[in-house]
Amino acid sequence: MQIKPAINPVEAVKAALPSAFITVVEFAGETTLVVEAAQLVAVSLYLRNTAGLIYNFLSDISAVDYYEPTGGIGDRPARFGVSYHIYSMLYNNRLRVKVYVDEGDDGSKPVVPSVVSVWPAANWLEREASDMMGIVFEGNPDQRRLLMPDDWQGHPHRRDYPLGYETVQFSFNVEEIMKHKPVAKE
Amino acid sequence: MTANSALENQATEWVGSLDDVKNLVTERALTGETMLLNMGPHHPSTHGVLRLLLELDGEEIITCLPDIGFLHTGIEKTMESKSYEKGVTCTDRMDYLAPMSNNAAFCMAIEKLVGLDVPERAQVMRVICLELTRIQSHLVWLGTHAIDLGAMSVFLYCFREREKILDLFEMISGQRMMGSYIRPGGVWRDFPAQFVPDVEAFLDDFPRRIDDYELLLTTNPLWLDRTQGIGVIEPDVALAWGFSGPSLRGSGVNWDIRKATPYLGYENYQFDVPLGEHGDVYDRYLCRIHEMRECIKIIRQALKRLPEAKGGFRSDNRKFTPPPRAELGHSMEAVIHHFKLWTEGFSAPNQEVYVAIESPRGEIGCYLHGTGGNKPRRVHFKTPSFMHIQGIPLMSENHMIADLVAIIGSVDIVLGDCDR
Amino acid sequence: MGVTQKLGDLGVVTTTLETAINWARTGATWPLLFGLACCAIEYMSTQGGRYDLARFGMELNRASPRQADLMIVAGRVTRKMAPVVRNLYDQMANPKWVIAMGDCASCGGVYNNYAVVQGVDEIIPVDVYVAGCPPRPEQLIHGILTLHEKIMGERIKDWA
Repeated sequence: MQIKPAINPVEAVKAALPSAFITVVEFAGETTLVVEAAQLVAVSLYLRNTAGLIYNFLSDISAVDYYEPTGGIGDRPARFGVSYHIYSMLYNNRLRVKVYVDEGDDGSKPVVPSVVSVWPAANWLEREASDMMGIVFEGNPDQRRLLMPDDWQGHPHRRDYPLGYETVQFSFNVEEIMKHKPVAKE
Repeated sequence: MTANSALENQATEWVGSLDDVKNLVTERALTGETMLLNMGPHHPSTHGVLRLLLELDGEEIITCLPDIGFLHTGIEKTMESKSYEKGVTCTDRMDYLAPMSNNAAFCMAIEKLVGLDVPERAQVMRVICLELTRIQSHLVWLGTHAIDLGAMSVFLYCFREREKILDLFEMISGQRMMGSYIRPGGVWRDFPAQFVPDVEAFLDDFPRRIDDYELLLTTNPLWLDRTQGIGVIEPDVALAWGFSGPSLRGSGVNWDIRKATPYLGYENYQFDVPLGEHGDVYDRYLCRIHEMRECIKIIRQALKRLPEAKGGFRSDNRKFTPPPRAELGHSMEAVIHHFKLWTEGFSAPNQEVYVAIESPRGEIGCYLHGTGGNKPRRVHFKTPSFMHIQGIPLMSENHMIADLVAIIGSVDIVLGDCDR
Repeated sequence: MGVTQKLGDLGVVTTTLETAINWARTGATWPLLFGLACCAIEYMSTQGGRYDLARFGMELNRASPRQADLMIVAGRVTRKMAPVVRNLYDQMANPKWVIAMGDCASCGGVYNNYAVVQGVDEIIPVDVYVAGCPPRPEQLIHGILTLHEKIMGERIKDWA
């Protein structure tokens, strides 16, 4: 069986799915392909199935929040970015596919289509991103929280979610803090 | 009261607060025909705080639902509030059996993001530390896996060997486990004079210890009965579900990041990558045992390369690495660099990188996104135990609870790695 | 009878009931097999050959809280795990003691954030705190010996 030589994923996606392609970023030897969130599953299937690409291994799904504490989202197109790090074991190539999504105008959570049907490894990775960032992955069979307790409110990895720390105790404020700190007696 | 009537008298209505698992277990659980049993979070064999909701038909597992998060420490969010050098200490405690691997993944991501070079000597030192970490992690794996399946002596022997490696770590970093020895730009400080002779003494003694463990287990009929044919996962299923490391190589997939995309000079070392054939618990066990032997080879070659390796133990770029204290006495620039680095820390651009290395468990990937300032915007670790626990239900279909113990041990999970 | 013969001229050994009971309790405080995170690995090292915990009668970890005397909280207690820890403590039968091993169990340790309980003494009463991240086996043994001192000082009127 003849193995097709590796082809450039960016050019291939630009040619095959031009409406999905937004831009490409090259940094530190890594290629990031920014695509439309609505067409993510089509792009993923294309990247996995096409001879010359065969990105069959999903390494990581990372969600980023571009919220700035001083307000605004800087120079990015939307508040949330979701990066899919995929790897072609045949051609030993890594690629990052990125989508930008925003919250709905009515405050509803951002929605990204799920790639579980393409790479089953995405199941828990998406669940973790939805638990910690509050992004809804449509099509993921399990929408429960993963890392936080079931009744937890809020999404901790968002930049506007507080770290939730306890004030550090020094000798001048230790009595004030110990008044409010719960201590089990029995 | 006959057995049948006892079954009829049981509740036919599902009671409890597990409404959301209604669609994840079969209907037989809701009628009470099969039993729902909690394995964990406090359990001797789950290797940490892992809760497995098991649907059991007698001893046989129908459904297995892992529930994680009992060790979720918010490390990634904590690192967003710390500068890059301080964040290295937070990474130690994620996969607490391979702290230097986590350090290395994070430091390599920082170096890629800011474009910092690592001198050759520091790379060789890092390789020695990483391979010692790999041996030490596999020893804990072997000890706990064996004791779960009943072989108690192996646990004591493995921890005896591990104490020697921890002595070595204490010599170089001051701490037995969470040394934070690998820092951005290289390592924290040079090896003490006694380190290399002690490593060589350890390497001279260790191969016959591995032979001891193999003598106890590899051809032991009890071990073979409990591990062969158990927890089989096909290679394409393993790949699709994101397995990596020895758990993937046990199924025959030849993927080792040290060979595929070499880092830290791994292309200069000769070593084999052991592969399994059947994808069962026994093959994963053999993979890790042989990996320990390969680690010895790599460390010997690294020790030979160490005297001629160029450069120091850490990068000279004073914008990122603090100057040695001796320099502070006579150089103003050194004082300024020292001040800037220890108060504010160095800055990284508003870009993202992803670095993956081969930890003892599999592929650990560090996704690092900077802000342009001194603290990261987002640090995310893709950890191998996370993916492997996701795959436990696949491997445990039609097995019994005792087999589940073997399966959990064979994928070498660490819950700190999974939950971060 | 046999004891006095073996002791020969010593005759009779006298002590207080309190001392006898407390000495018996320190002899074999069976710990609960309860390791959470990194400190659990150091705890396992303490049970290994070099730092032998069996000399205190503690090599036998009981998986069931009903049979355990001592709960060594080894590792960080997260908010999701906190009810489980409390449940286990409630299920342990008296007499029971708690050692908070490591910085995370004593005070939250390195992790001052939303997910970690800042010290397990927020949920269960702690007898001995052992500092360290993770504490060396020698530090843990020092903590256990401190606990033994505490047990030897207990009075019957406190619990009977």
